[in-house]
Amino acid sequence: MDFAGWEMPVQYKSILEEHRAVRTSVGLFDVSHMGEIVVRGPDAGRFLDHLVTNEIAKIAIGRVVYSPMCREDGGVVDDLLVSRRSEQDYLVCVNASNVERDYAWMRSRADDFDCAVDDQSDRWGLLAVQGPNAPALVQELADRPLDGVRYYHCAEAVVGGVPCLVSRTGYTGEPGYELFCPADETEALAVALEKAGAAHGLALCGLGARDSLRLEAGFSLYGHEISETISPIQAGLEWTVKFAKPAFVGREALLEQKTNGTARRVVFFKTGDRRIVRAGTPVLCAGSVVGEVLSGTLSPMLGEAMGSALIDTARLSDPLSVDLRGQPVALCTTKPPFVPLRKS
Amino acid sequence: MNIPSDLLYTREHEWLKVIDDDTALIGITDYAQNSLGDITFVELPKAGRVLKSGATFGVVESVKAASDLYAPVDAVVLECNETAIGAPDSLNRDPYESGWLLRVKLADKGQLSVLLSPVDYAAHTAG
Repeated sequence: MDFAGWEMPVQYKSILEEHRAVRTSVGLFDVSHMGEIVVRGPDAGRFLDHLVTNEIAKIAIGRVVYSPMCREDGGVVDDLLVSRRSEQDYLVCVNASNVERDYAWMRSRADDFDCAVDDQSDRWGLLAVQGPNAPALVQELADRPLDGVRYYHCAEAVVGGVPCLVSRTGYTGEPGYELFCPADETEALAVALEKAGAAHGLALCGLGARDSLRLEAGFSLYGHEISETISPIQAGLEWTVKFAKPAFVGREALLEQKTNGTARRVVFFKTGDRRIVRAGTPVLCAGSVVGEVLSGTLSPMLGEAMGSALIDTARLSDPLSVDLRGQPVALCTTKPPFVPLRKS
Repeated sequence: MNIPSDLLYTREHEWLKVIDDDTALIGITDYAQNSLGDITFVELPKAGRVLKSGATFGVVESVKAASDLYAPVDAVVLECNETAIGAPDSLNRDPYESGWLLRVKLADKGQLSVLLSPVDYAAHTAG
């Protein structure tokens, strides 16, 4: 399928098999479509702190931080990962479909800061190796010990002969790495991983498994759980909004939402039924529409439908249901993850 | 793609296998299961239900989509395949054998002539 201008596989063989491989052994995802924007200079940290809701300037070199990047009204421009590579050098990884908008947004707010903002998306490839066997596989190909690279940290290493920024992050809830590498060496890295991965039970994974894994782990996806109209406060991501740091874009609106509450909130649900509740399905309470499903698929590990929905806050503790082809199905709201995670 | 030579087909990717004078099995084709991807749920009618040619009689859901099932001919449901309902992935693994959906009693054998032959179905899916 076409995905933000990239030719992307939804699945190689079976979404369910790829999903189970990541939970039980290891999966390899080509996520080179993700964007990389580099921010460098004396004010790079201060600029990023102004731009995003989480705290960046004070993080140690080698740390990675997840953060929404908001508009003044608290709506989300994008969610991103910031890696601090050196004193004045940050790599920002953004969603493929938002690269141009993010870059323009960042450039337009950089005037008062002494730093350069550079879209390097074309120069970087990105492979994600995820699953309980991922650390052993990547270590086997690496030129240095990676045990010291802890969860949400990164370091440089040569993997399979390719120089990489090795990041202990992922989007599946499993142990693993994301490997940023030169775009023209991505294929060589993928071949090395696939070859060595055979002994570790490696499966090639597409967008389908990536979506069911991230939903099972309870991670938000831009355009679903967070968007221009769903703020981090509404999405249950208060932990990513640091009101104590210096002023940042969206601070006033988000503080107002935190103080006074929001009309709608994101919740996660399962149904006890195999029928998938798809995005866009209206959510009902006592016959009236009180929300909408944002993401929904089958949890391959639970064998039941799981999803997320945006619900009127006043109805959160009431019985919620959806209509699936004439049959009411109850939504059991639950705190994610849907399965226990083994982050490290 | 697997198109067994002893079955009849519909343009909507169901197959029908005549087992004796007036009973038949109905399922979905290899092409259908492959297009749908991982099948996660099957909804089928109870025994006794009257099927009308071309009308929907159930739903097959996959991770990607939910698709209606269409009756190839007029018939009465004798039995639905509990194995397929309990293990929907049998439709992916074995669409022509263990993944069959309904055993039916044909109402009018003359309607069979409207269904596609294996050769015609191969041409239909190629196009």
